[in-house]
Amino acid sequence: MQTRAKFTVLSAGAACLALALTACGSGADGGNADGPTGEEDVTLTVATFNEFGYEELFTEYQELNDNVTIEHKKAATSNEARDNLTTRLAAGSGLSDIEAIEVDWLPELLEFPDQFTDLSDPSVEGRWLDWKTEAATTTDGALIGYGTDSGPEAVCYRADLFEDAGLPTDRDEVAAMLGDTWDSYFDAGRDFVAASDVAWFDSAGATYQGMINQVANAYETEDGTVTAIENQEVKDIYNTVLEVSVEDDLSAHLGQWSEDWTAGFQTDAFATMLCPGWMLGVIEGNAAGVEGWDIANVFPGGGGNWGGSYLTVPVQGENPAEAKKLADWLTAPEQQIKAFNSKGTFPSQTDALETEDLLGATNAFFNDAPTGEILAERAQAVELTPFKGPKYFAINDAMQQALTRVDVDQTDDPASSWEKFITAVNAL
Amino acid sequence: MAVTDRVRQRAPENPPDSKSVKRIALSHKVSRWDVKFSPYLYISPFFLLFAVTGLFPLGYTAWVSLHNWNLIGGQGDFSGLENYAFVLSQPFFWNALGNTFSIFVLSSVPQIILAITIAAVLDANLRAKTFWRMGVLVPFVVAPVAVGLIFNNLFADQFGLINEGLTALGLDPVRWHSDSTVSHVAIATMVNFRWVGYNALIFLAAMQAIPRDVYEAATIDGAGRLRQFFSVTVPMLRPTVIFVVITSTIGGLQIFDEARVFDQYGLGGADRQWQTLTMYIWELGWGQRNFGRASAVAWLLFLLIVLIALLNFFITRRIANQGGRK
Repeated sequence: MQTRAKFTVLSAGAACLALALTACGSGADGGNADGPTGEEDVTLTVATFNEFGYEELFTEYQELNDNVTIEHKKAATSNEARDNLTTRLAAGSGLSDIEAIEVDWLPELLEFPDQFTDLSDPSVEGRWLDWKTEAATTTDGALIGYGTDSGPEAVCYRADLFEDAGLPTDRDEVAAMLGDTWDSYFDAGRDFVAASDVAWFDSAGATYQGMINQVANAYETEDGTVTAIENQEVKDIYNTVLEVSVEDDLSAHLGQWSEDWTAGFQTDAFATMLCPGWMLGVIEGNAAGVEGWDIANVFPGGGGNWGGSYLTVPVQGENPAEAKKLADWLTAPEQQIKAFNSKGTFPSQTDALETEDLLGATNAFFNDAPTGEILAERAQAVELTPFKGPKYFAINDAMQQALTRVDVDQTDDPASSWEKFITAVNAL
Repeated sequence: MAVTDRVRQRAPENPPDSKSVKRIALSHKVSRWDVKFSPYLYISPFFLLFAVTGLFPLGYTAWVSLHNWNLIGGQGDFSGLENYAFVLSQPFFWNALGNTFSIFVLSSVPQIILAITIAAVLDANLRAKTFWRMGVLVPFVVAPVAVGLIFNNLFADQFGLINEGLTALGLDPVRWHSDSTVSHVAIATMVNFRWVGYNALIFLAAMQAIPRDVYEAATIDGAGRLRQFFSVTVPMLRPTVIFVVITSTIGGLQIFDEARVFDQYGLGGADRQWQTLTMYIWELGWGQRNFGRASAVAWLLFLLIVLIALLNFFITRRIANQGGRK
C-alpha cells in the first residue's frame, strides 16, 4: 500500500516539475485563523496516516456542528504522508485543511513556518507535555501544530520463547531481569541466545533508534551545525549496536518494515523488540495468531520516546478558522482518550495522562497487560527531548543504511560502513 | 501543385473585370498558402503541445539546475555549474549510472530474445489463438507497483518463496537485497515480466506481415522450421527489432518503479546496490529537497539518452543499409 502511494506521489511530483513555473514556491493567503466560525457551511478535509482513531470523533463533531462536513483522507504510512505533504507544499495547492505530521519530519517543516497557520492560543496553553509543545514552536514563538499522540517506549517480549529458554515470563520479573541499562538488556540477550535458537531483538536499526532517541544532540547542534560524524556518542552507540548484533548475534538481522521483518513475527525470528505505544497495533497485526506476546514496564537507558504526531493547518486552506477549531477539538484531552481507546494512540496531553480511562486500559493480545498504566509510567520516565534539526531525517536515514549494510546485508564491516556513512553525510 | 497550375492557366480566360481579377488574385494567393502552410498547421498541435509539456520543462529544469533550489523554499542564489560539479563528484552518481546500465542490459537483451521466441510460437497454427495472444499481454496490464509487490514475496531474503525453495533443496539462499548483481537480475525479471508480452505482440504483428510465399519457397528449398526462423523471419523483422530496441533503450534508462518498490525504503538498498539514476533524482529532489542538484542529474540523464539515441541512430542506419544491399 505504501508503494502504490509512492507511485501516486511520483506522478504528482512529476506534474509539479512540469508545471513548476506556475505554482512551485508560491504561498497562498487563505484568510484569518481567528475569524468567526459556525456561520457558513464548510467542508473540511483532514489528512492522517496509520491509525489516529478519529473515525467516530468525526461523526461526533459533525453532530455538534451542523455547518461542518468532514472528509477524511487516510494514508497508509507516515512516509507516504510526508511525500504527499512535501509535494503539495511545493506545488502550492492541494493540501487538506488539516494535515497530520510526524515528529521526525517536523523539523524540516519548521524551516517554512509561513506555510502553516500559527495555532498558538491562550486556550491551549499547558494542554500538552512541555517537550511536545516546544518541538512544534518556532524561534519566533509560533505554534505550527497541535500535539496528538506520543510514543513512550517499553519492551515487548515473547513470554513463550522466554519460558523455553528458561527465563522468567512474568512481566514484573522480566522488567527486573532486563534492567534499566542497555548493558543489562544486552546481557539478558546473551543469556537468552545461549539457551535458544531465536534471536534476541529484531533489527540493529530499530535498537539503534531506541538508543539514539536518548541522545540530546545526536547529529546537529541547535545552530544547525552537523556534528554527526565527530560526535563520539553516536559512534559509540553505532559500535555497541553492531557488536551485539553481529559478534554476539543478538540480532535477527532483519531490516525494519521489510518483507522479512513482517514475516519474522510469524516465524518466531526474535524474542523482544522495543515498542512505543503505536507499535502495539503493528505487532498485533503482524503477529496475528501468535500467542505469547507481552509487554514489560521497563526501558533500557531510562525512558525514551519514539514518534508521535501533530495536527497542522496549512495556510493554503480556505477555512483556517474552522480548521483550527476542529484541530483544537480533536486534540483536547477528552477526545484523545477516545482515540486511545479506539486505536491505542497514547495521549501527549497532560490532563489525559491521569484519567482512569487511560490508566485502566488493558490489551488482550498482550496477555491482558495494563498497557495504559505501563505506557503512562514509561511517558513519565522520559527525561530528555532529543534535538532534531532540519537534517535529522536525512542523516538518520544514512545511519540506518550504514547499520543495515553490516547487520542485514553483511556487505560491510562496521569500519567500512562508517566510512560510507561519512561520505553520505558529507553529500547532504 | 496541380491545383494552382490549373488556376493559373484559367485566370487569363476570365473577362478583364478589375474586381474579379482581384478576387481571383486573392483566391490564388489563399490556395497557394493553403498548399504551402496547411500541412504544417495540421501537424502543429503536436508541436505546440510538445513545446508546453516537453520543451518548456526541459528548459526550466536547466534553469533550476543552475541555482540553489529548495523543493519547498523555491529559488535560491544562482550557482552556475556548481550542482553539476557536485553530483559528478559523488560516488552515488556513478554507482547509479552503472546500476542503470546493468539493469538496462539485463532487462532489454533477454526481453527481446524472449519476445521474438514467444511471437514465433504464437505465429504457429494454434487453437484458440486470441486467447493465447491476449494471455501474453496480461502482465502488461498489471501496474508496475503491483508487479513489485508480487515479486517482493518471491525475492524476500529470508522467507521469500524462491529462497524457501532453495533451502528446502539444501542449496544456499540467494542474497537478493545484498548482492548488487543479483538484485539487478531480480529487478530485470520484474521489468521483463511486464514488457515481454507487449513486445511479443509487436513482433507477432510484424511476423504476420511477412509474405507467406517466402516461407513456401523456403520449405520447397528444404529449409526446416528453425532454419526458416533464423534465415527468413529474423532478417525480415529487422525494422521492428530496431523499433523495439530504441523504445526499450529509452524505457530502460528510466527504470524507476520496479527498483523503487524492491525494498521498503525505496532508495535502492543500504549500499545503493540497485539505485538507478531516476531514483537518485528522486532522492536528491524529494528526500534531500535539493531541486537544483536533482535537476542537474535530470539533465545529465537527458544528455545521456540523447547520446545513446544518436548512437542507436547511426548503428541502425548502418544495419538498414546492409539490409538494402542484401
